[in-house]
Amino acid sequence: MSMLKNLRNPGLWLWMAIVLAVGLWPVITQRASTREEIFTVLLSVVLASSLNILLGYTGYVSFGHIVFFGLGGYVGLFLITAYGWSLWPAMLAGGISSAFLALLLGQAILRLRGAYFALATIGINEAMRAFINNFEPFGGPTGISLNFSVYNDYGGAANALWMLYGVMLALALLNILLSYVVKSSKFGLGLLAIREDEDAAEVMGVVTPRAKTWAYVLSAFLPGVVGVLFFFKNGNIEPPQAFRLHMSIEMLVMVMLGGYGTILGPVLGAAGYQRLRGLLLTSDLFKNIQLTVAGVLLLVIILFIPAGFVGWLRNRFPKLRRFLP
Amino acid sequence: MKYFRRFLLIALFGVLVFGTIFSAQAQDRTVVIGFTASQSGRYNVESTRQINGLNLWLNQVNEAGGIILSDGTVITFNTVFYDDESNTDRVQELYTRLATDDNADFLISPYSSGLTDASAIIAEQYGKIMITTGAASDSTYQKGYSLVFQTYTPASRYLTGALDLLASLDDTVENIAIVHENDKFSTDVSTALNDYAIAMGFNVVLFEGYDSGTTDFAPFINKIQDAAPDAVLGGGHFQDGSTFARQMHEKDLDVKFVALLVAPPEPNFAELGESAIGVIGPSQWEPLAQIDEAAAEAAGMEFYGPSGEEFVTAYMEAYEEEPSYHAAGGYVAGLLLQRAIEDADSLDTQAVKEALDALDLLTFFGHIQFDITPEQHGLQIGHSMMYIQWQGMADALEKDIVWPPEAVTADALYPLNGGE
Amino acid sequence: MDILAFLVDGLLIGFVYGIAAMGLTLIWGVMNVINLSHGAIIALGMFGIYLLFSLFGVNPYIGVVLVALAGLITGMLIYAIAIHRVIDAPHLSTLLATFAVNMIIIGLGTSAFSTSPRNVDVALGSIEMGPVAFPATRAVAAVASVLVTGALYYFLYRTTLGKYIRAVTDNRAAAELMGIPSARILALSFGLGTMLAAIAGGLIATFFPFTILSGATYELKSFVICVLGGVGNPVGALVGGLILGSLEGVIPAFMPTSWVPVLEFILFVVILLVRPTGLLGRKK
Repeated sequence: MSMLKNLRNPGLWLWMAIVLAVGLWPVITQRASTREEIFTVLLSVVLASSLNILLGYTGYVSFGHIVFFGLGGYVGLFLITAYGWSLWPAMLAGGISSAFLALLLGQAILRLRGAYFALATIGINEAMRAFINNFEPFGGPTGISLNFSVYNDYGGAANALWMLYGVMLALALLNILLSYVVKSSKFGLGLLAIREDEDAAEVMGVVTPRAKTWAYVLSAFLPGVVGVLFFFKNGNIEPPQAFRLHMSIEMLVMVMLGGYGTILGPVLGAAGYQRLRGLLLTSDLFKNIQLTVAGVLLLVIILFIPAGFVGWLRNRFPKLRRFLP
Repeated sequence: MKYFRRFLLIALFGVLVFGTIFSAQAQDRTVVIGFTASQSGRYNVESTRQINGLNLWLNQVNEAGGIILSDGTVITFNTVFYDDESNTDRVQELYTRLATDDNADFLISPYSSGLTDASAIIAEQYGKIMITTGAASDSTYQKGYSLVFQTYTPASRYLTGALDLLASLDDTVENIAIVHENDKFSTDVSTALNDYAIAMGFNVVLFEGYDSGTTDFAPFINKIQDAAPDAVLGGGHFQDGSTFARQMHEKDLDVKFVALLVAPPEPNFAELGESAIGVIGPSQWEPLAQIDEAAAEAAGMEFYGPSGEEFVTAYMEAYEEEPSYHAAGGYVAGLLLQRAIEDADSLDTQAVKEALDALDLLTFFGHIQFDITPEQHGLQIGHSMMYIQWQGMADALEKDIVWPPEAVTADALYPLNGGE
Repeated sequence: MDILAFLVDGLLIGFVYGIAAMGLTLIWGVMNVINLSHGAIIALGMFGIYLLFSLFGVNPYIGVVLVALAGLITGMLIYAIAIHRVIDAPHLSTLLATFAVNMIIIGLGTSAFSTSPRNVDVALGSIEMGPVAFPATRAVAAVASVLVTGALYYFLYRTTLGKYIRAVTDNRAAAELMGIPSARILALSFGLGTMLAAIAGGLIATFFPFTILSGATYELKSFVICVLGGVGNPVGALVGGLILGSLEGVIPAFMPTSWVPVLEFILFVVILLVRPTGLLGRKK
């Protein structure tokens, strides 16, 4: 009952409608290049929003979150090539394997606080990358490649691209809804209590190890699913691109840009970051120093707007909070 | 008089009409070639050279007045490109943009097999021909594509010639070690090399990969020493390869023959000084290799494009450095496209594809012919590697071609260390 | 098989790993900041030596001294611009602030130097001891590492400034009450940390080829070493470096070399879990 009442937040539906409208734009205009740009943004939205469930709600900084994306992608592509699975169960299997890994890891590493946890997640990502590089069933360093004919089952390559885009849009919307439901539930309040003061939360009756672990599992599931989707579209997967630490850090940057702990923050952060990078990369003026420009912008935001864009808006215009979930 | 004026008017009208029709037919056309370049990240150097080569070709064609088709259409070329940052994240987004918004007529691959794999799908999906260069892995061409064409010798034949060379130098050698960077390209090369070595009757005493980030090879070299091979083959990319060569020398590894991937043909491999002496490396192409009309005649083949000497001179004039094989690869990718458009006498994708399928000729880069079977369409089957060796004194090193026999510029230095 | 040769090689590289990690552990210990620009600074150290050597013909070992001074100043500047404002903010802020510095350095470095490998060719010959042969450059680097560790130890434990740094490490609020100018001490500590990173880069440049991206490998190894040796402990970092180096030296004798990073990072996570204060760290 309270769940349904919670879902009456006008901001949530407003922003879901906006994301949907933006997502449908390339379908209406039938422009493939816009579709690819928005695909990159939606992928980031899913990754950043998922990370936010852990980072934003519990305050635990996962630096190696990309491990779930890579592992999911590997499991999915393995099942598709070795056992001829269809994409849909493979995506589910990718998500479940990532969630399961988080469940196993969560028990152990969520005991670590602060920077120690962050370092442990880096270690896990690097160990996984090095391990897969030696793991023959997954192709070792050669990775796994799909044959072009795999797209024939989905109406040919051109159709498959539109279909994959549609699925990505649906997952992004699902992820926003999930973030909201988690945050407004009793479970979510427990997580926020952990973020503010873990010891106090424990005293107040939040079973912190279990709550943290479930937040970790939730934040790992969708990255695993979109990992399968992304690498299926990409056509091949290799260890260095599946477990790229840099991409993990980019996810953190997106959450920070938008405002951590909010529903909208990671969405706007992902869109802003990816569009900015896209603009810098394709602009004649900046393409030689785009990395530096991005670094300066990040620094300015960290130093002067630490709450992120949405956080800043919420503080500056308290009346608008209803519309800035 | 009256008739004469009428005749004049009709004639003038006729010329005008004819001229209009003619010029409508022979509309000059600028062909857009799209690609991504690695302007940042780890492939920055190779990619830049590749693009330099491509741009040199483009400027030459345009300055020569472009390609003129039989209907009088003058075709000139232009490029559109973006930075791919040496990673695959945005490759598909950028190639889609090239294929749709930028209306690229033809595509050139990024540098490296990994990025090319990601971009090839887009080329195929949007029905664009893509000439790949700097992408040697065989697997890209075994995925059922029909519009992707490879200029490089594929990975499976990258290092096999070095074993032929070894066998020709010394038929008593039995034990060899194959050690390679644990990444896709080097593993593909080494796996194929291992099969070839076993088929040739060599005894592979050590077949092992090392992690891509390795900087300290000392423990690994100890391990090679313990396996006691006569020859070491393998390697990976420039940085690990040059470090490995340097440390093998510093640790006085006792072997007769060393052949490494990628690093040795690079001009700055000579910075290693003494450590570079005697090291052999496979190269897609060398400035020393003077392939020209005469060579084509001797081989009974057709020659196309500039001679090796002409290419080297033009490149040095434009960029003030000696071209590497990446640069030659970039140039030849454009050259093949030019030839195919000429043969097809059209810009139509299907016609140009058929012209590429039919190519069998010699260029300054070497023999070019594509596999046209559906199993591995576009795989390069004409071109083969050359093998270079650094010879001379530490402060005056020179690079010589030691294999294949028809291209040799010096006898191979063998065994290493002058047989101490 | 002579296991001694494997071990000696591993230990020699371990000294350099140790000094590479020392800067990271110092900053981490003093101000609880994990410096993600550490790798970029190491790379700058390498290029410092390279430029001095190739442009002005400066001997690389004299170059290291100059690079160290430049590192100290650069570090204090980075602290003032990027860290000081967020020093008391949650971890994520300082992590991302230093990561932004990393992006800026790598971006500028790539456009200035490209990513092509460079070499500083220092030929000091080889040293042979029984069955073991190794290049003299590594022995020099090992000796330099020990000297730097000694100097740092002396500075931290025998000088007033060093005592201030330790006081700020233990309890910043209390140190401020005692009249210690904590902001300046933090800036100095950050400067010392980057100085150590620059020295490490300089020493590594004398025997390995490098690019502007090379620092990242040492940064990752430094995390492992910090945890092995205990955060904030310079001697611990040296010992941690030696442990990591000897593991890298000895593991290939028993299993494929490509498994080294797998074991390294698993060990790292396990130590974090079992003994997060490090093998040599104090029990909290």
